[in-house]
Amino acid sequence: MSTHDRSTNVASSNDSPRPVLDVRELRKYFPLSSGIFNKRAGTVHAVDDISFSVMAGETLGIVGESGCGKSTTARLLMRLIEPDAGRVLLDGRGIAEPAPHGLAIGEVRRQMQMVFQDSFASLNPRLTIEDSIAFGPVVHGLPRRQAKARARELLARVGLAPERYAARYPHELSGGQRQRINIARALALEPRIVILDEAVSALDKSVEAQVLNLLLDLKREFGLTYLFISHDLNVVRYMSDRVMVMYLGKIAEIGPVEAIFGGTAHPYTKALLSAMPSMDPARRTQKPPLTGDPPSPIDPPPGCRFRTRCLYAEDVCARLDPQLVIAGSPDHRVACEILRPASGHSLAAPAIAHAA
Amino acid sequence: MSMPSPATSELDLRGAAPAPVFDPATALVAQATRGYWRTVLARILRDKVTVACALLLLAIVLLAVFAPLLALADPFKGSILRRLLPIGSEGFLLGTDELGRDMLTRLIYGGRLSLVMGITPVINALLIGAFLGVVGGFMGGKINTLIMRTIDVFYAFPSVLLAVAISGALGAGIFNAMVALTVVFIPPVARVAESVTTQVMSLDFVEAARASGASSFTIIRVHILGNVLGPVFIYATSLISVSMILASGLSFLGLGTKPPEPEWGLMLNTLRTAIYLNPGVAALPGAMIFMVSICFNMMSDGLRAAMDVTQ
Amino acid sequence: MFYYLLKRLALVIPIALSVTIVCFSLVYIAPGDPLSAILPSDASIELIDKLKKDYGLDKPIPVQYAIWLGRAVQGDLGTSIATGRPVNAELGRAIFNTLILALFGSLIGFSLGLAFGTIAGYRQGTWIDKSVTALAVAGVSVPHYWLGMVMVIVFSVYFNMLPAMGAGPGGDWIWDAEHLKYVVLPAITISVIPTAIVTRTVRALVADILGREFVIALRAKGLTDRGVFWHVVKNAAPTSLAVMGVQLGYLMGGSILVETVFSWPGSGFLLNTAIFQRDIPLLQGTILALALFFVSLNLIVDLVQTALDPRIRRA
Repeated sequence: MSTHDRSTNVASSNDSPRPVLDVRELRKYFPLSSGIFNKRAGTVHAVDDISFSVMAGETLGIVGESGCGKSTTARLLMRLIEPDAGRVLLDGRGIAEPAPHGLAIGEVRRQMQMVFQDSFASLNPRLTIEDSIAFGPVVHGLPRRQAKARARELLARVGLAPERYAARYPHELSGGQRQRINIARALALEPRIVILDEAVSALDKSVEAQVLNLLLDLKREFGLTYLFISHDLNVVRYMSDRVMVMYLGKIAEIGPVEAIFGGTAHPYTKALLSAMPSMDPARRTQKPPLTGDPPSPIDPPPGCRFRTRCLYAEDVCARLDPQLVIAGSPDHRVACEILRPASGHSLAAPAIAHAA
Repeated sequence: MSMPSPATSELDLRGAAPAPVFDPATALVAQATRGYWRTVLARILRDKVTVACALLLLAIVLLAVFAPLLALADPFKGSILRRLLPIGSEGFLLGTDELGRDMLTRLIYGGRLSLVMGITPVINALLIGAFLGVVGGFMGGKINTLIMRTIDVFYAFPSVLLAVAISGALGAGIFNAMVALTVVFIPPVARVAESVTTQVMSLDFVEAARASGASSFTIIRVHILGNVLGPVFIYATSLISVSMILASGLSFLGLGTKPPEPEWGLMLNTLRTAIYLNPGVAALPGAMIFMVSICFNMMSDGLRAAMDVTQ
Repeated sequence: MFYYLLKRLALVIPIALSVTIVCFSLVYIAPGDPLSAILPSDASIELIDKLKKDYGLDKPIPVQYAIWLGRAVQGDLGTSIATGRPVNAELGRAIFNTLILALFGSLIGFSLGLAFGTIAGYRQGTWIDKSVTALAVAGVSVPHYWLGMVMVIVFSVYFNMLPAMGAGPGGDWIWDAEHLKYVVLPAITISVIPTAIVTRTVRALVADILGREFVIALRAKGLTDRGVFWHVVKNAAPTSLAVMGVQLGYLMGGSILVETVFSWPGSGFLLNTAIFQRDIPLLQGTILALALFFVSLNLIVDLVQTALDPRIRRA
């Protein structure tokens, strides 16, 4: 891409919301080895050619059962693990690609930060809270005194009085307090994007609500973009502008939060939603929700990966690997043969002559 | 599931003392508050056995260090006229050895070499083994496999045999004996360091540190070492007792110190011929090794218990 | 299980090869020329060169290793410089004597360890438990070569009950009452460490099993003490056996100090001789034999433990 191209690119993106993060055909397979000579025993398709983008200032929720590739995706974006294929573009610049258009990993890690699920394991037990928060800025060259000052400001900002907490150690605090510290630590590098990997999943419900509201406040105040990963649909609905549903390393459905929860298109999402407890007895689940565990992501068979548990599975689902197609509104996309006209599925719309 | 490895200990060397496991619940308390070390100290002080052992060791060490300043007899000067005097003889509180040298003096002086020969290899092994284990655990993959498989080779030799083989091949001498013992103790220390490092590495704070852009060196320095060295240090203290026994054992075989240097193992060897004439005196140097060794064992146990605040 | 066996065997081969490399290189960590021990100090250059050729020392080191390994595999460990007899002939009787000593030692050590450990585990926290634990600490802290001397002082010097040196008339072990007397003191001495370690292991295992919920449930169901004991045995067996197997290996390989104290004509004593006569072929051969014995014993222990404990097979 020439400099000229880039400038036109930036110019053209001024009118519509521009993607701050653009993920293209990202893939990560984990080889499984076994036996004497470490022969390949299989491959875990953790993240399998997924593409999506995140707009500046939005919250993209990512949902799915455990093992669907949510956390792997987060770690790939942070480059904590190396992808096998695909690109990630931050502001149109490829991460870990050569200069001048590429972006060094160190720079990416300043602009993008992450909060982990286990509030306890993600803080070094030997460091004071202040030192844990100041660690990142010091690594990036901020003098220690200023880093500590920033740590104290952030502590106050996440609702923990610095004079009381700065010199404490993680084990002296509650889970909710620790997660506030992890948030402060993530913000210490003044990132634009924060990945929240099941950040509130381990907290009590009452504490969870407080932390969620803190996250919303911080987002407004600092103009952050969130990737909010969770298996809790209610929380995702509360937090997100758009939602991405993942199943065994693939995107099943992606779209605005109203479209996902109001106009659910993918059978998997439907099953997930029907498994949600409802307070309204009139809306009690009739159809059986998902049963069993997701199948193993090791060497998945061709075709749609959800077909083994899908109520609507047909022959075509085993033959074709469903691609994302538009469902309803243009920004609502679904990977299901039912939604693709002329796919051959009995529930799909009939073929339109000129489409063939 | 945790299975004690079949390589469970001989002289308590390869892990009858359970290899310390990194347990965040302990570790956290372990490191944490400023008051932590004060808490540990308070707990140790409450443990009368540990305190008694520590005081006894301190006394032996101080005596050995300041031996030349004490008004003692010459440890090298003997006399044919007063060989193998029994314990309690006039002027020779603990009797004399086979060359008529004062036993008390020689036992006090003997502590110098015996302690140095016993403790130095553990310190060396702690430094080298911890380095290998931490590097292996941190790098993972092929480098770790290479380090750990190499270490497995040394596990194919019982530790006494390994110590004797190496010092035997190198030839007798204090330095060679300490080299041999260092080689014996590096593998167990490295294994413990590697396993604790691997456990620490799996915790999110290491990943969080990487996510904040820290270099490997910084991560090891700030996040790994701080959490690994404590457990590895405790483990190393449990090796001192074995090391003392083996070091004096090498001297006993004639592979360590050379006469006429006073050293407990060597003294035990040269007094072997005297067991029929004066068995009490002949047994004294071994009793010293036993006493020091048991004190180190008790201290290590006490330290482990005191640092484990979950109990 | 068969697959596991293959896998385990495959892992032993590189270890065994590395052991041979370590044994071979012992010669080269020794200071000076390996020939210096057998040569008179005024040997002529011609003689040195001739001997070097005879011993193959003029060839590059990897070639020397290959030749040495090739012979060792066929059971030829060279000739002892000190005695002029083949190394494996010397080794054969020495290892036999050591094995006898190790067997008696482990017989004593394992039965005492099992008994003490079980009692202490059942009586956790009582004075019995505390004394057993203290004894176990003493057992791992005692310099056993000194303990051997103390035994000699007590039983040979004071009471004159048992012989202090050697393996009895003829120099080697024979199964009779006369020789049995000679093995008592060294066997007791050598059994102290395994006693202490087996006690510790069994005590911890028994205490742990008795505290488990399934045992409490069995008791609540009304199972007799004998029934509970059977469960304890079943659950403690794999680990205890593994620990005991390894201890046997340590007794075989680590008996040099005790054998020296009692002049027991075993492999440790032989090793001692080899070191002080700088008898390199004997040194290499003895260490190789003991290390390989130790490795195979570990392998057997591992396999037996796996066969007994279905949980490991899956891992």
